[in-house]
Amino acid sequence: MTDKNKLSMFLFLLSEAAFFGVLIMSYLYYYPSYTGERNSPLALDPLLSGLFTIALLASSFTLWRAQKSTEHGQRGGQRVWLLATVALGAIFLGGQLWEYTQLIAENITISSSLFGTAFFTLTGVHGLHVFGGLLMLVIALGLALGGLLTPHRAIGLTMVELYWHFVDVVWLVIFTLVYLWPRL
Amino acid sequence: MSEISLAPDAADALPGLSQPSGLLRWIASVDHKQIGIMYIVGALVFFVIGGLEAMLIRAQLAQPNAKLISPEFYNQLFTMHGVTMVFLVGMPILIGFGNYLVPLQIGAHDMAFPRLNALGLWLFIFGGLLMYFSFFIGQAPDQGWFSYAPLAEQPYTSHRGPDYWSLGLFVTGIGSVSGAINVIVTVWTMRAPGLTMRRLPLFTWMTFINGFLIIFALQILNAGLVMLEVDRLFGGSWFTPPGSPVLWQHVFWSFGHPEVYILILPAFGMISEIIPVFSRKPIFGYEFVAGSTIVIGFLSFTVWAHHMFAVDLGIGWHAFQSAATMLISIPTGIKIFSWIATMWGGKLRFTTAMLFAASFLVIFTIGGITGVTFALVPTDWQTTDTYYVVAHFHYVLVGGTFFAVYAGVYYWYPKVVGRMLSERLGKWHFWLNFAGLNLTFFVQHFLGLMGMPRRVYTYPDLPGWGTLNLISTLGGLISALAVLVFVVNLVWSARRGQPAGDNPWQAWTLEWATTSPPPPHNFEELPPVRSRRPLWDLAHPEDPDWKREH
Ligand SMILES: [Cu+2]
Repeated sequence: MTDKNKLSMFLFLLSEAAFFGVLIMSYLYYYPSYTGERNSPLALDPLLSGLFTIALLASSFTLWRAQKSTEHGQRGGQRVWLLATVALGAIFLGGQLWEYTQLIAENITISSSLFGTAFFTLTGVHGLHVFGGLLMLVIALGLALGGLLTPHRAIGLTMVELYWHFVDVVWLVIFTLVYLWPRL
Repeated sequence: MSEISLAPDAADALPGLSQPSGLLRWIASVDHKQIGIMYIVGALVFFVIGGLEAMLIRAQLAQPNAKLISPEFYNQLFTMHGVTMVFLVGMPILIGFGNYLVPLQIGAHDMAFPRLNALGLWLFIFGGLLMYFSFFIGQAPDQGWFSYAPLAEQPYTSHRGPDYWSLGLFVTGIGSVSGAINVIVTVWTMRAPGLTMRRLPLFTWMTFINGFLIIFALQILNAGLVMLEVDRLFGGSWFTPPGSPVLWQHVFWSFGHPEVYILILPAFGMISEIIPVFSRKPIFGYEFVAGSTIVIGFLSFTVWAHHMFAVDLGIGWHAFQSAATMLISIPTGIKIFSWIATMWGGKLRFTTAMLFAASFLVIFTIGGITGVTFALVPTDWQTTDTYYVVAHFHYVLVGGTFFAVYAGVYYWYPKVVGRMLSERLGKWHFWLNFAGLNLTFFVQHFLGLMGMPRRVYTYPDLPGWGTLNLISTLGGLISALAVLVFVVNLVWSARRGQPAGDNPWQAWTLEWATTSPPPPHNFEELPPVRSRRPLWDLAHPEDPDWKREH
């Protein structure tokens, strides 16, 4: 890999993998003690969260299309795909917020139990990463609408795309471990 | 090459502070040389602060049952001394050297991302200021540099100290990661034609490997800091019941052990540059020195639990960690062997730089040997949390990292400033520091074996304890005097030192192929690189290295 921009993003994501790795391992460290009604991943709704997960996965696809459109100078496609990406990312984040309010209404909070602490830390930090990515996407969308996101500058969008796919993959790991695994 | 060219006026290469808008041209700079210098100067300022903290600690401990300072202030002092020396001195000074030297050693005009480079510098400075601001509100961190839970948790430390600690380290940590990414990308993509990875100068090579340690280790710490703050600010229970403080130890030492190597690998790199030049021989076993660095990098992430032998993790874990810890001393041993073999039969020139490098070998080896004794679980149980541990890691960090950095300063100062440091003052600095270090810390081995616990505010008048502690404090004073001589030398030589010329040591790597100080874009012209010692090849066309390499 000799493109310095891509290489730097790749290294950053490696370091982020270590960051999330510690949080995920720490979540699992306490896994045996997640027992009791409000101290258990069984309090979560995997179906609903699964829908939002699909939205996030779809946004990876639309962003890939947006990047290709940018490279080929197709400005219409670029705008539509970027808009779709932003919308799907926002749906995911909104879904997460809604899930949080539901849990808090059931008195499951960051300070209510060990599971609460672990769950809100892990998903909250991930949510912040999605939020950061969404900000970058909104900026990209603004540039695209202003006609500034030319093929010449496609590398910028490629960097955002790499980041976004990474955040997506991390979510798949979290979703599998936190939502699906306890139900198996 | 043999003719000494006049040092260009430093103002040609670097903006002077007295020039109009000179200060702004430093603060707003994205030039890797200026950023490197600012890293090093910033680290030296924190070094003086951390050193003064150590002096106060030693003053309090000079006699038994003393009450020179308050116990609360004492706790803040030993906490901030450790935090400062590790995060605000050791790391930034090594990163600063990397910033200055890596582009020059690979024949590049700057780092890959100059603005990201400036960001890293300012994050380091602001993170340090943030932590020190805590003193002004009277709530400085006092929980020890490793913030062990549950002590660092809300019920036991209700003031803001641990929060300043976490946020300050988070800020500097992001800076370190961005700097490390920058170094890796620079080395990978911007090397001069012909400068393959296998011809890389060893300082650059080790700084490159160190970059990988930083991007992983500091992010492990960052995750731990987030969890600690979730506990402290939002009432979480990661490290308090029903959670467990042992998890904090796992996370912290997963960062902490690699951190030890982060503080020593670039120092190894400096030694690997300096010893060959002053032995007039190429390094013995380049491949082994370079390769063993990669091995150290990997192993350093596997042995964290040797800091946790006092926790019952099961006999299997302890046995594995014990064996792995002994294993990791092998690649380090290989390096020491290579340096000695390089000196063997060489034409040794004992300049101040070489004196520091050679004594590094002795002191670091002592520190390494006492380190291996911790790998034996029963010995560890006897000595853990005593002054034996304090003696061990000061031998490694002062005698290792700092002596190597001193060697590096004496070696590269002429390149950076254009003038030589005074050898006379340098010799004074060396002998005072050598004596001071050994006086201070050698006796602490005995104090530890006699059972004196570390981090205590004071101690009872047991036989020998008062005398040994007084010797230790006197040693500290001598070290402080040594640092004073060093600072005087730095300032005096910048104005009055001998002009250095391009290559005062007849060294062989690319940074010596340009003027001292280098022009803004580093090189007017690069010599061809066909071996590990391009300047040797240039000076000896009849006997170049590249003819022998094949
Ligand atoms: Cu260790």
